[in-house]
Amino acid sequence: MNELKKYHEIPIGGTVITKDVVQPKTGGWRMGEKPMVNLDKCVNCLICWLDCPDTAVLAEGTDFFGFEYDYCKGCALCAEVCPTDAIVMVPDDQEVPEYGRMLNGGPHEN
Amino acid sequence: MPTIKQLAANEAKEKRFRGGHSLCSGCGIPIVVRTVLNSIETPVVVVNATGCLEVATTRFPNTAWNVPWLHVAFENAAAAASGVESAYRALVKRGKLPADEPVTFVVFGGDGGTYDIGLQSLSGALERGHQFLYVCYDNEAYMNTGIQRSSATPFGASTTTSPEGKISFGKAQQRKDLTAIAEAHHVNYVGQSAISHWHDLSDKVKRAVEVDGPAFINVLSTCQLGWRHEPREAVKVAQLAVDTLFWPLYEVVKGRFRLTHIPEEIVPIETWLRMQGRFKHLFKEENAGALEVIQQQIFDEWERLKERDRNDRAHFAPLQKDQTFTTEFEMV
Ligand SMILES: Cc1ncc(C[n+]2csc(CCOP(=O)(O)OP(=O)(O)O)c2C)c(N)n1
Ligand code: SF4
Ligand code: SF4
Repeated sequence: MNELKKYHEIPIGGTVITKDVVQPKTGGWRMGEKPMVNLDKCVNCLICWLDCPDTAVLAEGTDFFGFEYDYCKGCALCAEVCPTDAIVMVPDDQEVPEYGRMLNGGPHEN
Repeated sequence: MPTIKQLAANEAKEKRFRGGHSLCSGCGIPIVVRTVLNSIETPVVVVNATGCLEVATTRFPNTAWNVPWLHVAFENAAAAASGVESAYRALVKRGKLPADEPVTFVVFGGDGGTYDIGLQSLSGALERGHQFLYVCYDNEAYMNTGIQRSSATPFGASTTTSPEGKISFGKAQQRKDLTAIAEAHHVNYVGQSAISHWHDLSDKVKRAVEVDGPAFINVLSTCQLGWRHEPREAVKVAQLAVDTLFWPLYEVVKGRFRLTHIPEEIVPIETWLRMQGRFKHLFKEENAGALEVIQQQIFDEWERLKERDRNDRAHFAPLQKDQTFTTEFEMV
């Protein structure tokens, strides 16, 4: 815990400079499930990217990439809206590649 | 027609809204925010009314916003935006800011902050004619303080201040038609959209920011906590609100009305109500009459809107084949 600031040390109007702050990781909110993607089924429609409430579906430029688990709250909305069922929810403790990217049943690292 | 790739390209250039906020898992609000902000090509300044969006995205000293963002109070987001926009115009006039680099001013307010407590400041700002876009994310109750009824809460919904039980049946009153109230200010753009129809919303935003003067868009968002649905069903529940005609998608451009989406198959309202715990009591035997009333009201309202659409359709360029929503639409 930071030391409490005196009243005259608090920035006026509570200004926060975005680039200076790292957002707290909210991946710990997950309740036992996380998403994983089978890239062989993904049609790159990006609907999961837009609908993810936590911007945890990553895009690389304008292409689907994978999941940022540090921020994924496990709501399963991405799996629900995926038109090809490429996204599946798996137990949180299941080992998956770094961004949850699978190809033809095996991990896809890049 | 906007494509999701364009939205992604805009976000790749500048991620205006970041994760790490404390909105609930499966909350619909970020879909509103990202669709709106990624549809605007100019730099934006955001003003936010108090509510879940504001509280959960700005836990000091953190912020989810990567754009200039201002919060003053619950009831005055539109007034605060009026001030910011007026200051901007004054600075441009004095040559302190460039005149050829337009900025878009966007307000986000919940239904409590817009239909109820912020209504007079919104009305004032619409009447004065400030150049801004007001987006109400309507999740149909005061969610941040624990699901109190608002004037956007639909008839019959159980909330903590209109609870379902022996004495009360849920909310006894009709919801207010805020979009119609905004329209009554004779502004050049008013629209109604939903998180399930991102094309429709993106399209409306693009048109709304082009018009002269203020624009208002009322977007149906969702709240898994208050509506009591599965978090994963956030988009589906909004989709059904549209497909049951509970939430018609339309716009009013310079006073002319147009439905922007007509569901292919109209779903009985019961399907939407059944998905949500807040309406569970409506399915008790003794409340059967209420369901009929709700369904009839929806059909009556739809007929009224269809009639407006028919009357005004000649003022819009015809839709292309297969087009349910469009940007290529122009006033003729
Ligand atoms: C003047 C004032 N009254 C009450 C509050 C307490 N309050 C904070 S958030 C909130 C509810 C906001 O509801 P809504 O605008 O519907 O947004 P939502 O929380 O649903 O996103 C209330 C009542 C306040 N902050 N200021
Ligand atoms: S489970 Fe929810 S939070 Fe996680 S990536 Fe999917 S939509 Fe985003
Ligand atoms: S209470 Fe509802 S509106 Fe608020 S963050 Fe949670 S889901 Fe979203």
